[in-house]
Amino acid sequence: MNLTDQLTQYILSGLSTGAIYALIGLGFAIIYNSTGIINFAQGEFVMFGGMLGVYFFHKQGLALPIAFLLAVVVTALCGVIFERFAIRPLRRPTPMNMVIITIGGSIFLRGVAMIAWGKDTHVLPTFSGDEPISFAGATLLPQHLWIFAITILLIIGTKLFFSHTISGKAMSACAVNRRAAGLVGIDVRRMIMFSFILSSAIGAMAGIIIAPLTMTSYDVGVMLGLKGFCAAIIGGMSSGLPTVIGGLLLGVLESLGAGFSSGYKDAVAFVILLLILFFRPQGLFSRGSSERV
Amino acid sequence: MKRTAQLLTFFAVMLLTVVAFAAEPLKIGALFSVTGPPSFLGEPERNTAQMVVDEINKSGGIKGRKLELVIYDTAGDATKSVQLANKLIKDDNVVAIIGPSTTGETMAVIPVVEKEKVPLISCAAGSKITDPVKPWVFKTAQNDGLAVAKIFENLQKNKINKVAILTVSDGFGASGREQLKIHAASYGMSLVVDDTYGPKDTDMTAQLTKIRGSEAQAIICWGTNPGPAVIAKNVKQLGIKLPLYMSHGVSSKKFIELAGDAAEGIILPSGKVIVADQLPASDPQKNSLIGYVQSYQRLYGVEGDHFGGHAWDAINLLRRAIEAGATTRETIREQIEKSSNFAGIGGVFTFSAQDHAGLTKDAFVLVRIKGGDWQALE
Repeated sequence: MNLTDQLTQYILSGLSTGAIYALIGLGFAIIYNSTGIINFAQGEFVMFGGMLGVYFFHKQGLALPIAFLLAVVVTALCGVIFERFAIRPLRRPTPMNMVIITIGGSIFLRGVAMIAWGKDTHVLPTFSGDEPISFAGATLLPQHLWIFAITILLIIGTKLFFSHTISGKAMSACAVNRRAAGLVGIDVRRMIMFSFILSSAIGAMAGIIIAPLTMTSYDVGVMLGLKGFCAAIIGGMSSGLPTVIGGLLLGVLESLGAGFSSGYKDAVAFVILLLILFFRPQGLFSRGSSERV
Repeated sequence: MKRTAQLLTFFAVMLLTVVAFAAEPLKIGALFSVTGPPSFLGEPERNTAQMVVDEINKSGGIKGRKLELVIYDTAGDATKSVQLANKLIKDDNVVAIIGPSTTGETMAVIPVVEKEKVPLISCAAGSKITDPVKPWVFKTAQNDGLAVAKIFENLQKNKINKVAILTVSDGFGASGREQLKIHAASYGMSLVVDDTYGPKDTDMTAQLTKIRGSEAQAIICWGTNPGPAVIAKNVKQLGIKLPLYMSHGVSSKKFIELAGDAAEGIILPSGKVIVADQLPASDPQKNSLIGYVQSYQRLYGVEGDHFGGHAWDAINLLRRAIEAGATTRETIREQIEKSSNFAGIGGVFTFSAQDHAGLTKDAFVLVRIKGGDWQALE
């Protein structure tokens, strides 16, 4: 086993974890752009996706695709309820209020999951078998291909949605200037709710596609949420390619970090986060403030 | 006539006080982390302790004296454990304490019980709890070192001497790593890779890729769910053919469920409880084990595991001490120290003034996972 093979393995492993971070980061960015809120409950939506997937598949005995779909729908519904009852009632929200509310919401959602499904770790079966696939001296599981495929589809999907549909454009408008968007007749509230639906659904999908590999339990959302947040920060909170690249970058650096000196894996993510917040708060890829959607 | 009535009243009152006195239950304190990260330990421990005490009381108590169990949840927090230990000793006035669930909490509580002179039977595994021996502190969980010895013996038998270790970066993993390093030399093992992973990590292919590139002949992974299940899957993904050993931290059905096919062939040391039905009838622990597993199953709907077993052993050590006539803190301590050949769940305990852990490496059996179930080796 030579060094190049090891390196390929580190990078491939990193990309597959990074793809997940990218999806979660995208969820952060979408809500941030339409509401200006950093939704710290995003990680909990990911957890809900995974846990609901487990619930529908194991407890209700549904087929995996149906369980997948139901889990996404129910999580999106949770997103709506969360927006309706935790975010909207605030008349004049300050960023601090919002941060505290979403953190409180995340603790609440975690508690609900713990009471509903217990403290155990659960697992879903892989979507198509466990036979490793060799690729340039490294190995992957079919599930990794699923992760890549779904991530790419979702990214293309959101891109198309924002640039080619009326709703998407309306959401972009809210991001640029909420008041002006309201003045031209865009229902800002509906757009905010839309953004919650979108990002909780994306989060749920991320939660389900990784559950066969990484397992899921009521408290997986914390770490995943932070990593996704980190990806979004690297990408300058853009709900497009920069956040995706941020996620992939983070995943690869973590994997390399763990490969060369394990124990510093999480430190890698947080050191990057801090450095970027210090030196390039607008993100790695943008120049000054620019359009973010 | 009046005199007789007076006398009768006197006897009646006497009798009542005696009855009241005899009915006064003996209070036992328990500290378990029923919530918090170590809840996988604390929950079965609490369930088991309550179950055993209820059984004792239902059968009329010990020599007519009932037990009262006062359980507090420490949430895995050492500071809270100390406060609750003080509460048990001063407010509840207990005669003995069982728990806490983890080594960290136990070490924090030890100074309190030593000062107040209350016997403590810890359910945590760290060797430093009873090494050096503290007069008032006992433990029922097997030392990590015994599990390490069991694995190294097996490696020696298979003529393997270069191993890679991958331990979780929490208390359990740190203690395992320490024991693996201490025992490696005496078994002629060289640890060619010494790596760690975080308790919440979801992908360990990086560490395993490094191990694959080394000259290790076997991998020993030390952690509790879900990390080791991820590692088992990653090992399979990377096509690593080296034998994989795990610790007793994953000896529950949950691990097999999580790791699925990837669990096949993994070897680990475990308390005998998971292979209770495969033990020969001559095994001294067989009766205790079968009895425990069945009553736990009946009451809680799942099989009793060896974590709950630590609480079973602790309560039954107390039961034996009280049966031998001990009812005060001092006498209970003396009786526990004198306990010998007590066949419990964790092993056959023989305590002495020099040994407050009471077990030998026979407390562990090596099991291999086969067909989604445990199979006792040797």
